[in-house]
Amino acid sequence: MATAISTEKNFFEIKKGIASWLFTLDHKRIGLMYFYAIISFFLVGVILGLLMRLELIAPGETIVKPTTYNQIFTLHGVIMIFLFIIPSIPAIFGNFFLPIMLGTDDVAFPRLNLLSWWLYVGGAVFALLTLVVGDGPADTGWTFYAPYSVQTGTNVTLSVLAAFILGFSSILTGLNFIVTIHRLRAPGMTFNKMPLFAWSLYATSWIQLLATPIIGITLLMIVAERVFGIGLFDPSIGGDPILYQHLFWIYSHPAVYIMALPAMGIISELIPSFAKRTIFGYKAIAYSSMAIAFVGYFVWGHHMFTSGMSGTARVIFSILTFIVAIPTAVKVFNWVATLYKGSIDVQTPLLYALAFIFQFLIGGLSGLVLAALAADIHVHDTYFVVGHFHYVMFGGTGFAMFGALHYWFPKIWGRMYNKRTANIGFALLTVGFNFLYFPMMILGLMGMPRRYYDYLPRFTDLNVISTVGSWILAIGLIIMLWNLIRAKKTGEKVGRNPWGSISMEWQTKSPPPLENFDKLPELNEGGPYHYKH
Amino acid sequence: MFSEASNFVKGVDTSLAVILGISIFFLIGITVVMIYFVIRYNKKRNPKATNIEHNNTLEILWTVIPTILVLIMFYYGWAGFKPMREVPDDAMVVKAYGQMWQWTFEYDNGKKSDKLVVPKGKAVKLDLISLDVLHALYIPAFRIKEDVVPGKTNFMWFEARKLGEYDVLCAEYCGQRHAYMISKLIVKEQADYDNWYINELGVSTDPPGLSILKQNACISCHSLDGTVLVGPTFKGIWERKQIIIRDGKEIEIVVDKEYMRRSLNKPNDDIVKGFNKGLMISYEDKINEEQLDQIIEYLKTLK
Repeated sequence: MATAISTEKNFFEIKKGIASWLFTLDHKRIGLMYFYAIISFFLVGVILGLLMRLELIAPGETIVKPTTYNQIFTLHGVIMIFLFIIPSIPAIFGNFFLPIMLGTDDVAFPRLNLLSWWLYVGGAVFALLTLVVGDGPADTGWTFYAPYSVQTGTNVTLSVLAAFILGFSSILTGLNFIVTIHRLRAPGMTFNKMPLFAWSLYATSWIQLLATPIIGITLLMIVAERVFGIGLFDPSIGGDPILYQHLFWIYSHPAVYIMALPAMGIISELIPSFAKRTIFGYKAIAYSSMAIAFVGYFVWGHHMFTSGMSGTARVIFSILTFIVAIPTAVKVFNWVATLYKGSIDVQTPLLYALAFIFQFLIGGLSGLVLAALAADIHVHDTYFVVGHFHYVMFGGTGFAMFGALHYWFPKIWGRMYNKRTANIGFALLTVGFNFLYFPMMILGLMGMPRRYYDYLPRFTDLNVISTVGSWILAIGLIIMLWNLIRAKKTGEKVGRNPWGSISMEWQTKSPPPLENFDKLPELNEGGPYHYKH
Repeated sequence: MFSEASNFVKGVDTSLAVILGISIFFLIGITVVMIYFVIRYNKKRNPKATNIEHNNTLEILWTVIPTILVLIMFYYGWAGFKPMREVPDDAMVVKAYGQMWQWTFEYDNGKKSDKLVVPKGKAVKLDLISLDVLHALYIPAFRIKEDVVPGKTNFMWFEARKLGEYDVLCAEYCGQRHAYMISKLIVKEQADYDNWYINELGVSTDPPGLSILKQNACISCHSLDGTVLVGPTFKGIWERKQIIIRDGKEIEIVVDKEYMRRSLNKPNDDIVKGFNKGLMISYEDKINEEQLDQIIEYLKTLK
């Protein structure tokens, strides 16, 4: 099949020109197009976040008016959730590496894959249109809670249509990966010999496929409510705002695992690659991904502990939420145990993985506070929650993504970055991150509500620390990106396997040829992480 | 150990202390072990790795122990929460109204206050009523919070244990001035409370028109001093010429009684140029003709 296609040229060289990218069916090129789009939106989201922190450096008005601030945090949320963190790891690294790690030449449906990318771009265009047409971007928060979202004059309709379209991109990517994993594994690669990154994408894809339609229809209901006044969510015309919250979180809690599971998959790749030993508890990690994906469907009510649900419902959702913590804890123990008696090569990707574990722990453990009924009553909808989910999403998934970027950079572009600069970027990013978000947890315990344009004077000091943290983080980010951009042009060329990993993607050339392998990939004897010493 | 401003502080703070205590122990423990492994098993010290696939005892232990621990956490969370839903029969009931962007408290004699004044040591039940969008009544010092949902009456209750003034905040995002939806909870001795209830509650030295504007949260969006908030200022508004947008067209009107009635009944039909629609609820059945006349009398004085 591959005989006619050159393996001399890599996938960058084989065809040139903008059309060869925009209409490519190559999963690697699609992955890279996602990369450029997603990173661009991430940077927009970061700038919006920096503006928010700057506004909050002192009580009272600092740089913007309240409505502008409300629009900024809504856009920050919409961009970071729907355009960055949900697609990030699956769409970029899943697309690029899933087929290679399964030992095949592409995903099951390459055309559908391209369509997913175009839907992503289409959704993004809608999100950007809210900036330039009508009465400005939505000011509802990314949750679009009714009835405010039904009543406000800002561009809610366009924003939710953007999220609706992005949802289809996500569903189709999930479908594509499920079929790819079922049908295209290399001969001999049973499910239990599959890389853990593939396992995590498998669990994620099922959530994308099954949960996303619920948010799709819910967002359309918001549009219908605004345009036709049907009376679904707005009580002034006979609707129920709590119904909206249920529908919203039935998707949006599982979506948390769409964001977190692929990151866990990345960490499960990084640690054995740099500890040079087999992963501890392969099956526990693989199956706990599925357990998290499954139990994750039944915990949405903890987002609504103060919304007036019955006491019984609150008790049930609380206990289920605690239970979903167990498979996550098991993974953390497995990762740490994988370092035991390894021969550890401390490289930048591993540093990101270690920071991931520390920060993800803080994110996860603070989640236990939110799962407990009494404790949650106090910290619900406060800055504690903001700190908590940034530790999970940014300190967790974001750092895993940066780790993956530094890990696979030499495979994608065939060059190595300056490791020392990369480590400096990492250090600043980590220090800045913790200064930025840890004070938020304390602010929450002190009682500062979230989505606050202004605050009481007693919250000032911690807000200042947080804002200064955001600047350190920004510097770290600039150094990291600058270092990688430079390396892409002038970095030292590397061979197939600069990290000495036994994972299958390192068997092929860097960058890989169009159909991924220049010679038949070999399954590692004894399982995907069985290093021979 | 706990400064017990309300009867729920102990339950909430105990659950926080238990969970944060266990969490900090695990965070430090796991981080130290992780860093130790990275140093101890660095490739320089340990050039040859050992493959360890798994260990049943260890894996059972680290599944079972966290399970027990989270169940303990669940217990403390539930124990602290349970009494919050069990209102004593003799609780004094106050209606708490949330609207953009003001809290109003209505006592059993039908009189209203913009501050929540309660006697120390008595159970107080708040019936939570929203006049527009979602809000959440949050008293951080009392460790209580409950959403205020339009179309549905939620409740919360508490017993104040310490005299003093406490912040009442809104914890559910409700639009432009969410951060300014702040009131005070004032805890008095029973005798002082009775005195306040009889002599001060609902009594105001304001002109009647201003009282009506205050009670209906008008002035949280329409300032009295010319400041531009959410809507046009009331200062000089009477008989002012104003450009408005009606059916997408700009027209000039004069603010008279007919225009004011129209704006109260259907606030989204005429929008003063430069402002946004969708932010004001209809006051059709909240402000009657007599009250509107009183408001107008007052507005005439705001030159």
